[in-house]
Amino acid sequence: MIVFDRKLDVARGRIDLSHGAGGRATTRLAHDIFYPAFANDLLAAGNDQAVFASPAARLAMSTDSYVVSPLFFPGGDIGALAVNGTINDLAMGGAQPLYLSASFIIEEGFPFADLRLIAESMGAAARAAGAMIVTGDTKVVERGKADGVFITTTGVGAVAPEVELSGERARPGDCVILSGGLGEHGVAVMIARQNLGFGAGIASDCAALHELTASMIAVAGPSIRLMRDPTRGGLAATLNEIAQQSQVGFKISEAEIPVKPAVAAVCELLGLDPLNVANEGKLVAIVDPVAAPALIEAMRAHPLGQDAAAIGTVIEDRHRYVQMETKFGGRRIVDWLSGEQLPRIC
Amino acid sequence: MKHVDDYRDGDLARSLARLIADTVLPGRSYAFMEFCGGHTHAISRYGVEDLLPASIRLIHGPGCPVCVLPVGRLAAAIDLARMQPVTLCVYGDLMRVPTARGQSLLTAKADGADVRMVYSPLDAARVAEQNPARETVFFAIGFETTAPATAQTILYAARKGLGNFSVICNHVLTPPAIDAIMATSTDGGPPGLDGFLGPAHVATVTGITPFQSVAARHSKPVVIAGFEPLDVLQAILMLTHQINDGRAVVENQYRRAVTASGNRLAQEATAKVFALRERFDWRGLGVVANGALRLNENYDRFDAEKRFALSTPTMSDNPACACADVLRGARKPAECRLFGTVCTPETPIGSCMVSSEGACAAHWTYGRFRDPADRPRLEPAGAA
Repeated sequence: MIVFDRKLDVARGRIDLSHGAGGRATTRLAHDIFYPAFANDLLAAGNDQAVFASPAARLAMSTDSYVVSPLFFPGGDIGALAVNGTINDLAMGGAQPLYLSASFIIEEGFPFADLRLIAESMGAAARAAGAMIVTGDTKVVERGKADGVFITTTGVGAVAPEVELSGERARPGDCVILSGGLGEHGVAVMIARQNLGFGAGIASDCAALHELTASMIAVAGPSIRLMRDPTRGGLAATLNEIAQQSQVGFKISEAEIPVKPAVAAVCELLGLDPLNVANEGKLVAIVDPVAAPALIEAMRAHPLGQDAAAIGTVIEDRHRYVQMETKFGGRRIVDWLSGEQLPRIC
Repeated sequence: MKHVDDYRDGDLARSLARLIADTVLPGRSYAFMEFCGGHTHAISRYGVEDLLPASIRLIHGPGCPVCVLPVGRLAAAIDLARMQPVTLCVYGDLMRVPTARGQSLLTAKADGADVRMVYSPLDAARVAEQNPARETVFFAIGFETTAPATAQTILYAARKGLGNFSVICNHVLTPPAIDAIMATSTDGGPPGLDGFLGPAHVATVTGITPFQSVAARHSKPVVIAGFEPLDVLQAILMLTHQINDGRAVVENQYRRAVTASGNRLAQEATAKVFALRERFDWRGLGVVANGALRLNENYDRFDAEKRFALSTPTMSDNPACACADVLRGARKPAECRLFGTVCTPETPIGSCMVSSEGACAAHWTYGRFRDPADRPRLEPAGAA
């Protein structure tokens, strides 16, 4: 353990260019902020890499960058988002998360106090998921060249031998299950970002979904064709992606899609469609219809799947359209969003 | 959501649909133009056509402010933002509109121009207040609905003595647009047109009076209709009754918001700041006399066109694009040969594909599954 003559002044101090220079200041930053927050021996060993035994025959790996603005929002912050988001990408492949890396690009002048809050949030999220942040990197850029902090996380998880989930496996007749209400993350961030002059008590749904997916696989393992978390672009983008990958269409029912009234109200005011708004704690599962009732029951038994619902079916369609029966009684397409609805949502 | 879900209720929709089906006369067909992009969007998004009998046809009208904006005026604003040290404030749905040079506000912003999206013109005035050493220009678009907010902002700027704030005024007026549509063909407007679903939000400002002369002039019924899908269905029922009874008057379906005389304060603000613009070249409709607004002499110190000596280049649309026909109700979106091939919301060629309220974008986004695979692709009327 390296001992420094003076600790960081976390309460008042700020990042300066020396903290990204690789010298004493960089190491001190890691020791005083990241090591305590992430709290594991692999990281604390202070090597350029973490060395561990391969925990399973099949591994999943995923990476994601986070640039959300603002950094702190109701229901979470960029740190929790960066850990849970990568865990969820692993979980959608049926993996249980094990090890994460975290890279930080920090803007000169960023308060240590905020960085510590973010790091502690990451540590807490990782511990809650039974995973460890075992390696990382810090770079500092001049003021104005970044917006506070950008974080990239990469995760490795273990996949059980019998689990086979993939985007091209949806088949006509399969059931589409959604784990809960749409749009909470995007709307919470939008309200926090814009000076909209109202709050609505809406918090981001930011959460790690690996426990929910584990319980789903336990109940319906081979009957689950694929799972996906509808983040940027929302449910609409996710279903359209799957339609392309599996070369199928979808028929969904608006009446079955859960959306909290407050989220629906804000979307109405801002002209957003909840189907296009980002989620950070929801998943879509495409499953054999025979297994669907038991699977929905199992999902509803988990706190993150309480509002799980069957929202439609996979159909044959050479156009790959996602069609929806509206509550009003008409039909329409649910298309990809054109352009950018809400930039920097995650 | 109280007061929103009520107007989207499926059971009420089915009852209204049955009433409409019972009201249409056997052997007669009906064609109604919904004036506003808000109607077009609601019809497509909720699948209203699925609830109508086959004998009722809806024609999409020109009431989408982004769609009817002449692209030369947008190009002039883009040039201003690129060449001069100004902050250009716009409503978000303008950002992606392409000009004939392939530029948009979005590409100008990416190239370093200071272009900002605002939700309200007052936000633009605040940008000017916060940056007193820099010119801030608001690009104002919209019908009678948004003109009062622009007027109030100019009055605010006058009160505050904001010398660095100005407006490019593109506000347009609804009754002259209906007149222009009816003048597009010698036998009185789009073929078979029986009546109009009149504008909702415009009428909250203007009241229904301005539309009474429109209905009388063209002997077509106008029903002022709200933007919720049940509003649209009810207004269609009211129009059908008028046709069956041989009446052609203005009726107000949107009574919860629209009164006979409208919003006096909004009308006064508009009258105080603006004057009729003698000529304005609407995209799709061409030059419409007295169909738009400009700043009047008392407030022309806030007129960006004068302050920066802006000239509007003439830009013609892609000759294969049928937007002009679509905006006049002479073609359906899917009858344009660019629709869905090179022209999509990601790569819009024509204005109707850019705004989500445009007829082509609404049909592409929500309704294209209705098109037969072998749909006819017609040449635009002007290109033949």
